[in-house]
Amino acid sequence: MEAAEAAARPRASVSRRVAGLFTGRPRLTVGSLLAGPLGWLVIGYLGSLAVLFAASFWNVNSLTGEVSQTFTLNNFKTLVNEPVYRTVALRTIAVASAVTVTDVLLAFPIAFYMAKVARRSGKAVLVVAVLMPLWSSYLVKVYSWRVILSSGGVLDWALHPLGLKGPGYGNVAVWLVMSYLWLPYMILPIFAGLERIPDSLLAASEDLGAGPVRTFRRVILPLALPAVVAGSIFTFSLTLGDYITPELVSNNEFIGNVVYSNITNNLPLASAFATVPIVIMIVYLLLARRLGAFEHL
Amino acid sequence: MRQMLFWKHGPSALVTAAVTALAVVLIAGCGSSSTSRNTQMLQSVGKSEGQLNLVEWPGYVEPQWVKPFEQQTGCQVHNKDAGTSDQMVLLMRTGQYDGVSASGNATERLVDAGDVAPVNVKLVPNYATIFSDIKNQPYNTFGGVHYGIPHGRGANLLMWRTDHVKPGPQSWSVILDPAQAAKYKGHISAYDDPIYIADAAVYLKAHQPSLQITNPYELNSKQFSAAVNLLKQQRPDVGEYWGDATKQIQSYTTGDDWVGTTWQYQYFQLAGKKVHVAISPAGQGFVPTEGATGWSDTWMISSKAKHPNCMYKWMNWIVSPMANAEVAQFFGEAPAQSLACQPATLEAAAKAIGYAPDPHFCDEYHAGLPSFWSRVYYWRTPVANCGDSRGNSCMNYNDWVSAWTQIKG
Repeated sequence: MEAAEAAARPRASVSRRVAGLFTGRPRLTVGSLLAGPLGWLVIGYLGSLAVLFAASFWNVNSLTGEVSQTFTLNNFKTLVNEPVYRTVALRTIAVASAVTVTDVLLAFPIAFYMAKVARRSGKAVLVVAVLMPLWSSYLVKVYSWRVILSSGGVLDWALHPLGLKGPGYGNVAVWLVMSYLWLPYMILPIFAGLERIPDSLLAASEDLGAGPVRTFRRVILPLALPAVVAGSIFTFSLTLGDYITPELVSNNEFIGNVVYSNITNNLPLASAFATVPIVIMIVYLLLARRLGAFEHL
Repeated sequence: MRQMLFWKHGPSALVTAAVTALAVVLIAGCGSSSTSRNTQMLQSVGKSEGQLNLVEWPGYVEPQWVKPFEQQTGCQVHNKDAGTSDQMVLLMRTGQYDGVSASGNATERLVDAGDVAPVNVKLVPNYATIFSDIKNQPYNTFGGVHYGIPHGRGANLLMWRTDHVKPGPQSWSVILDPAQAAKYKGHISAYDDPIYIADAAVYLKAHQPSLQITNPYELNSKQFSAAVNLLKQQRPDVGEYWGDATKQIQSYTTGDDWVGTTWQYQYFQLAGKKVHVAISPAGQGFVPTEGATGWSDTWMISSKAKHPNCMYKWMNWIVSPMANAEVAQFFGEAPAQSLACQPATLEAAAKAIGYAPDPHFCDEYHAGLPSFWSRVYYWRTPVANCGDSRGNSCMNYNDWVSAWTQIKG
């Protein structure tokens, strides 16, 4: 018994000495605590972004697709001079914006019901229902949409009595599928944002004579706006980066498709084009910051 | 906590410095990679390493012929399907695989980047009886050095829905001649890859002799822009570009697509599902009158192979008469191994994979008929060197890729 304690003592004293190092040194404590995750963030994430950006200034061996590390601005010149890349970029931004607006319009009433109307048990059921689609495979969902949108498919069949036809494959299909895919990412932040608004504010607004429309416009919307912007960051950036949905439900190229088709044989051009969504997102984030979206993270 | 979010106060100098330093280290660390062919060749096959990692076209590595291989050699096979040649090149660059079943539009890239090593054909006894017209070809032999073992070959076919496309087309003009293609607007199926430009070149070679196209992969700028323009004209009539076989099978099944280019694999799948599809008749050699693009696949060994002995055993196994007859019938392609065409072998192989025996299989696929294959233009990597008196005036693969982006827009 005593021998065992004696053997354990030096080890305990080592750990105690290490612990002693941290007492009274809060910076060291926080620093060593964050070193791991922060290192991962800087090396794994920001580091790879930096390499991506650097690669966009390199040349490429046209046969083997191997990168030669000599500086050139040709990749960016190509992007500017060839109209097709502008078309692709604008198409991607347009669809991403449409998806974001659609998701806001769909998500807001659902989130409002969840946050302010539903009872506690109903709320839990709704949260699970919103999260449920995220449990199934992305590919299964997109292939299901292919079936829905195919000619003579479910959508055509449902619209037939009205004398209408489904949109078929194309930009509209991409817009529909993306709006469906990213909806949960919009509902959840808005739900969280609306939950923060005290009911008393709504009551006060009503007491002071504001109708429902005015309460929504002057009280709810300004308070919920940061949450909406936060949600839109998800839907917008997810749409900007996706390339599988466009390939499966349209014939059109999006930024992701062009990056993908160049990645084997022309990595520098792919990198250069990949910086386009990054720049768009930086501008978007700066705008969002002005709108105060990060105050409610 | 909120005060620590750096975007609220602008990026801190520390983070900027760290990222910059890191980028410099990473860039410097990469060094300048040299592009040179690998010339190291295995001199003798030793003991099996117990493992084998392969990259292959879907359908090339299946349990029916992998299980016996594993039992006989003790090499455990791990395999990865690749959907496109580009994917194969990417996967092989990781250095994590021992070998790949590369098509001709990947082989030259792999060889010139030093990703694959030469193959010592003396160590592959079954190589001797492989059909001679796929040996020493520009897509598997470079500078007189063998870089792989031929696996099998096939043509890209024209397939149509018999209930929508009448009469059955004999020529590619049904999808490439603007007047005829307009008839099937929105229902044409086209392959989603830059190499599809070669299909247009095959068509132009027959229909516009003034362009003097000799080889659909060796196109000077005039020939190339004619092919690209033809595909731009076709673009509005295309219902779908297919990149993976599943997507095309679905479109033909639902009736979105009626006519277009396909592989034997999708035709068999669709015919098996009783979808009303047809391909060019046997009397026409299964291909339209102009001929067709096609592929001739080659098993190559990675220059970084960790299990070279197992890879050599595999390369010998997959072209052994029985295994080659199995994979050829399973996939629907002409075998590379001449002995695979013996009726007894074909029958035993069909039984092993659960197919109905077809003693005429090799005749149907023209396995040993060089005159048929002269009308099939195997995929190649387009390079600047035209290979003839035109010198370096041909369009290289990067030109093809960017033109493809232009076509699809």
